[in-house]
Amino acid sequence: MADLNRTALYDLHIELGARMVPFAGYEMPVQYPSGVMKEHLHTTEKAGLFDVSHMGQVVLWPESGKYEDAALALENLVPVNVLDLKPKRQRYAMFTNDAGGIEDDLMLANLGDHIFVVVNAACKDADIAHMRHHLSDTCKIEVLEDRALLALQGPAAEAALAKLAPEVVTMKFMDVTALSINGVDCVISRSGYTGEDGYEISVPSKDAEALARALLADPDVEPIGLGARDSLRLEAGLCLYGHDIDQTTSPVEAALDWAIQKARRRGGERAGGFPGADRILRELETGPSRRRVGILPDGRAPMREGTPLYAAQTGGGPIGNITSGAFGPSIERPMSMGYVGIDHAVDGTQIYGEVRGKRMPATVAPMPFRASTFKR
Amino acid sequence: MKYTEEHEWLRVEEDLVVVGITEHASEQLGDIVFVELPEEGKTVTKDEEVVVIESVKAASDILAPLDGEIVEVNEALTDNPALVNEDPQGDGWIFKLKVEDLAAVDDYMDEKEYKDLIG
Repeated sequence: MADLNRTALYDLHIELGARMVPFAGYEMPVQYPSGVMKEHLHTTEKAGLFDVSHMGQVVLWPESGKYEDAALALENLVPVNVLDLKPKRQRYAMFTNDAGGIEDDLMLANLGDHIFVVVNAACKDADIAHMRHHLSDTCKIEVLEDRALLALQGPAAEAALAKLAPEVVTMKFMDVTALSINGVDCVISRSGYTGEDGYEISVPSKDAEALARALLADPDVEPIGLGARDSLRLEAGLCLYGHDIDQTTSPVEAALDWAIQKARRRGGERAGGFPGADRILRELETGPSRRRVGILPDGRAPMREGTPLYAAQTGGGPIGNITSGAFGPSIERPMSMGYVGIDHAVDGTQIYGEVRGKRMPATVAPMPFRASTFKR
Repeated sequence: MKYTEEHEWLRVEEDLVVVGITEHASEQLGDIVFVELPEEGKTVTKDEEVVVIESVKAASDILAPLDGEIVEVNEALTDNPALVNEDPQGDGWIFKLKVEDLAAVDDYMDEKEYKDLIG
């Protein structure tokens, strides 16, 4: 696979028998020999180790040395309260555009004298250029090219990681801390993209393979590929950028209102002041015209991305479409998410998805489809 | 047993042709989560899409290998589509076809030719 980047764990993936596929410019493991279904279930029953080193890791260093200055600058790009984020805490955010759409979603953390940002692999070059363009007056923007990112997810994640770093037991969901594992400086957050309790570990690339091997030495920990990562996040109701959210979907349409804290809403201390604020703040008050919802097909056939949705079995134009769809190994049924007109965005509403020319019944349903197990 | 370039296998059982997908195909598809079976009694023409197999990755069509009538489908796959992964060339069979001309089965590849195809 020419011209593709490899992560620090490439050789380990091959050794473990991974099937590698191109993903966002990287050669990544889509599955290991046990397959997507077993990998998914292993993660929800024990613990899974994911290589997510393709994601972008960026540090914003305020020139003044004060977190507040970096936070206020970053608030110009995201509809999120960055200023009041407590030290060693992490928060979900999105870069918005002038039309109120989403350029990327990201995690940001207050690490005292700097902000630690993790962005999607496919968007990272654009995100870095965006931050350089808008934040360079107040911050030095350091791209961490030489760090890998591992995610350890599932009910056995805490015990497995605690064997190497006992302090992680005391962390709560969305805590972030810098600590040493086997003498290696890591940044650990108690978060992830599976709906399970777990951790993400930023580690120097040169030490990543040794850490991965140390974690895999635990009999409860298995390597998990991108295939199961996708079914896990979909069961958890989490958005995949480029599919469930994109440059045309606003955070309110995407049902991400919860990520926009009071301080940035109308009447808040720092209301607006981010790209697309007019549309986003208006939609928060008057409601959007469409909304992202969970959709459970009544039958066994998955309704995949692009499936048009209808209000009735016959007649009428489309009311929306599916943006992600797959089989849910834990819930043992197909599941989807997508956008529907606001009149249909009510749990329990019967809708129809057109699969191979036939309109098949489905029901608008609450997410997550599988209950999350975060340690709050 | 005979094999098609579409990675289906054909086995003649008395006057019927039993059809399924090969082990190679089932490995490539990954975990199979849904098989949309045709109606029994349906008349089909060669290369017509008669079955849809949904795996964790994608939907794939199974083509009718010959003209004929679908006389039986493997109902067990409705409740347990994973049978296609577990035993693709046995219990994971998909449908039985009644054909005019059983000799036409011989036009398909034998095992050696199929193995050469998949490398």
